[in-house]
Amino acid sequence: MENPGEPVDPARKTWMSLLATAPGARLLQLWQAYGGQPDFNWLRPPEIGGVMVRGRMGGTGAPFNLGEMTVTRCSVVLNDGTVGHGYVQGRDKPRAQAAAVIDALMQTSAAPAVRRAILEPLTTARQASRQDRAAKAAATKVEFFTMVRGED
Amino acid sequence: MNTATRSVFDGGFQDPPKDAARAFRAAMRAMARPGDLNTLTGATPPAPLSQAAAILLLTLCDPDTGVYLAGPCDCEAVRGWLRFHTGAPFVGPAQADFAVGAWDDLLPIDRFRIGTPEYPDRSTTLIVEMPLLDAQGAVLRGPGIKDRATLSLPDVRAMQDNSVLYPLGLDFFLTCADRVAALPRSTQITEV
Amino acid sequence: MYVATKGGERAIENAHAWLAEERRGDPDVAELGLEQIQQQLSLAVTRVMAEGSLYDPDLAALAIKQARGDLIEAIFLIRAYRTTLPRFGLTNPVETADMACDRRISATFKDAPGGQVLGPTFDYTHRLLDFKLAADGDVPDAPRADPRMEPTPHITTFLQREDIIQPEPGSDETPGDLTREPMAFPADRDIRLQSLARGDEGFLLGMAYSTQRGYARTHAFVGELRIGKVPVEMEIPELGFAIEIGEIDLTECETINQFNGSKTQPPQFTRGYGLVFGQSERKAIAVALVDRALRWRELGEDNLGAPAQDEEFVLSHCDNIQATGFLEHIKLPHYVDFQAELELVRKLRRETMGDPQEAAE
Repeated sequence: MENPGEPVDPARKTWMSLLATAPGARLLQLWQAYGGQPDFNWLRPPEIGGVMVRGRMGGTGAPFNLGEMTVTRCSVVLNDGTVGHGYVQGRDKPRAQAAAVIDALMQTSAAPAVRRAILEPLTTARQASRQDRAAKAAATKVEFFTMVRGED
Repeated sequence: MNTATRSVFDGGFQDPPKDAARAFRAAMRAMARPGDLNTLTGATPPAPLSQAAAILLLTLCDPDTGVYLAGPCDCEAVRGWLRFHTGAPFVGPAQADFAVGAWDDLLPIDRFRIGTPEYPDRSTTLIVEMPLLDAQGAVLRGPGIKDRATLSLPDVRAMQDNSVLYPLGLDFFLTCADRVAALPRSTQITEV
Repeated sequence: MYVATKGGERAIENAHAWLAEERRGDPDVAELGLEQIQQQLSLAVTRVMAEGSLYDPDLAALAIKQARGDLIEAIFLIRAYRTTLPRFGLTNPVETADMACDRRISATFKDAPGGQVLGPTFDYTHRLLDFKLAADGDVPDAPRADPRMEPTPHITTFLQREDIIQPEPGSDETPGDLTREPMAFPADRDIRLQSLARGDEGFLLGMAYSTQRGYARTHAFVGELRIGKVPVEMEIPELGFAIEIGEIDLTECETINQFNGSKTQPPQFTRGYGLVFGQSERKAIAVALVDRALRWRELGEDNLGAPAQDEEFVLSHCDNIQATGFLEHIKLPHYVDFQAELELVRKLRRETMGDPQEAAE
């Protein structure tokens, strides 16, 4: 990639990833409840598009194109000049808008409040749902036992 | 927009579906009627890109089209702006789908792809930034032109050589401020 | 030759209106909601996503409803929609080793680390109709056990350590994309796998079955089959780093095949690979078998003339939208073509059988 070589911001990567995959209804509900929605301007109004998902041959080998998925993205700027980007899975403009404004707020002094009101509940819900699925899978794990045969 | 606070995010289309559709129509009209001057508006690019060249790139480029920036166009302001607004990768002249710059910066033009007999479309479209652009100069004839048209060209000889390659060859957009004219490879050119 | 004819507009409009009424069915029966389709016909939804080559469960559910359950028609709708989407970019290759597995089985190693996890499978059902489902019924909660949250290693990594299986070295080359460039033969494996991933499940099942019955000797073991969620990451140009932009369900099958060695390769195991959107293990296994059969050239094997080894045959015919488009177009008006044929046959008959008029003269 010919990027300017910006360093990875692990915290920002984590919250943007969380916002991208959060269930839409839950994200919007938390966002409404947060109440501190700032004014903003569009840098890029929400748009729906596709991204090509790639896999690897044999799981580890050279990449190939598997098929596309839908993504909605947008970018906003707050009045203080903070820029926020929203990328969310699926076709959902309000969710992309919320994600972009939350991304911007997370770079301001509002970050702790936003984290508490929105990111933490989303993280908890995501972990719970993953754990529950893994628990159901674990219950279907085969416990082999071998019958002892012959005489020793 | 105040240039001091300008960022790479500013100056794109305000209403991309409509703005891009309008610009695409103007670009198509320019290509279909070689020599006709059309106007492109709706975006404010960073210097030194002209408005017309920038709008062509916004309209025609995406992550699948390699862009070559020639000369002073290859600066961080332009790269950052195009990266955000189009997602297009920056490539060398031999891989470019689109190349943009002043004529002297684009030379030599035999660096660019002219397509193959099976796929003549796998060629580069050059966006030539012109100091002046008006409907005076070389005489154009061919598809899309009723009788004849005239247009100021950067280098008549080079463009004649290009048209000889038909059906292979390069296609040109000539841009100046908010104006654009086009010269496809199918146009026959004679000096006045 | 085509001649434009008019006069069908009203008939077409009325046909559409009737279609809408038939789609709705008896209005006294509750209308099917998209969420119901997504939740309760989820395997139809994943098939439409896989063969439509667009991961979006909401759209796939809508397509199924609109197509009255005709899945190929639904896939057609998704393919048509897909072409209208601007392409934002390419994701990083998904790491299936990080999959949160709902199901993970191996037919080759009983005691593989991570275990044999059956998941929500039909395999051990008795295939007896369950009349309880005809009446609505509450479903008891599925049992839970101690969850395993760490990643499950791929089975082939164990064979790799012994150097007894053909390696699958990574690379960062940009793969070919058949949605952007027309397919050309011979096609590389990247294009083959993309084509098979969106190919028709029934066609690939038949092709894969033919390899098992002896048309191409590629005796396959299912080294591993896994189904689950995988995060999808993409570089965001304006950020300069990658974020997770989504999470998708995938089915992955890796086969391990006997291989006696060839002029160029020592005796070792080889692999076939299938990766498919959603939960679709029949398709993933079929893709892996067909992938392996198509690899004869790169592995230095003989072409036995089996249909599954003929990439032009397989790849040109596995796409059900291309196939149905060409197949079904012959029901559309060909009045003029047929008129010409009719004239020709009449003329030939006159010539060979003797025109009664000419004979009378």
